[in-house]
Amino acid sequence: MGKTRKAAAIVEAIPEGATVMVSGFMAVGTPQRLIDELVRQRRKDLTLITNDTARPGVGVGKLISARLVRRLVTSHIGTNPETQRQMLDGAIEVELVPQGTLAERIRAGGHGLGGVLTPTGVGTVVQEGKQTIEIEGKLFLVELPLRADFALVNAWRADHIGNLTYALTARNFNPLMAMAADTVIAEARELVPVGVVAPDEVMTPAVLVDHLVARESSHG
Amino acid sequence: MDDKQLIARRVALELKPGDLVNLGIGLPTLVAAMVPRDAGIFFQSENGIVGMQAVAEQGLETADLTDAGGNPISALPGAATFDSAMSFGLIRGGHLDVTVLGGLQVDREGRLANWMVPGSLVPGMGGAMDLVTGARRVIVAMTHTAKGRPKIVEACTLPLTSARAVDLIVTELAVIEPTADGLLLREIAPGVTIDRVRRETGAALIMPERVPTMRGLEAEVR
Repeated sequence: MGKTRKAAAIVEAIPEGATVMVSGFMAVGTPQRLIDELVRQRRKDLTLITNDTARPGVGVGKLISARLVRRLVTSHIGTNPETQRQMLDGAIEVELVPQGTLAERIRAGGHGLGGVLTPTGVGTVVQEGKQTIEIEGKLFLVELPLRADFALVNAWRADHIGNLTYALTARNFNPLMAMAADTVIAEARELVPVGVVAPDEVMTPAVLVDHLVARESSHG
Repeated sequence: MDDKQLIARRVALELKPGDLVNLGIGLPTLVAAMVPRDAGIFFQSENGIVGMQAVAEQGLETADLTDAGGNPISALPGAATFDSAMSFGLIRGGHLDVTVLGGLQVDREGRLANWMVPGSLVPGMGGAMDLVTGARRVIVAMTHTAKGRPKIVEACTLPLTSARAVDLIVTELAVIEPTADGLLLREIAPGVTIDRVRRETGAALIMPERVPTMRGLEAEVR
């Protein structure tokens, strides 16, 4: 009904080589069922935009372990030796981005901005190859927006038209990524009737959400 | 008291009531345990919370409430959670009073390198670059040497975390403040001689006439 479909059917629409944003912070707030489905359907050569690669076989770490990622844009791979190994092998091309810059680049992508100016990274290797702008005597890096073909987000609650709320520290990159992709897919722990989530509580408005993952037992 | 606890205890004395504080992973997380719960200090974790308690109350762990390392935490009464853009807005926007971070090297100008060792360790910078660039006050909490080699050096051989100088360096041997004139030896740990601090430091230190024992640790016998 409406936007709700089985994970398998939704992931069939994600082609190999797609650029995919996956939310979560050390696998907290990560859409696990969608990841499992990407692995099951072997969607290869992905460009993955995500905060960190968690641990081997955990969260987005499953995509790494299954060798589905060709290019990775992330702030931290230190907890996943498999990512580091594939990076040194040349199997994954890794762009390391300061975490706050990553958040702002995604926000810029979703909010129609041409980029952001940040002092973070000035005078470090992060500055290499980037434009700088001086404003009132202070130097800033020009950091370009990030967008994706698909954003895979994880909600605590979704109503049936796709209004989303997130729980505690599982919110992290979710609301930002839900703004920054052509197609937004939300996996929620609970699907509730419209009206249960009050307008003031909505963190991602339904208009941004294209697909909702059905309950596992559901026939969608 | 072991070296790391001593460092954490000294760092804790730098925190004031009302401060918003971010503690890095590793040694800096020990600082939270040295601060009384009623001290009025708020801890932030960059994955999106202000008002965290470092260790989750037993039986109250939830998968949706963790620190930046993914470990279960508790939210104290009055805590707030938010997304990553706001979390780093707090950090970069000058709302964060203090960050305490570990270090691999600090140079004579007080610049920190703590996010990679080219060729062997490439974890990524995570939030470290934003924290060092944006926090009002940056404290480095680290052991004075690594495998016998000084971590305080004339010039960092490792990639810098930020061009901004840190405000204070606390080790198991000394408290050192980077100043416009160089690294100023402010305090030494109980039982440690100035000669030893000099020997184990790879950069010139400015020596005041009198170097007191580390604040809060005067009675400590080591």
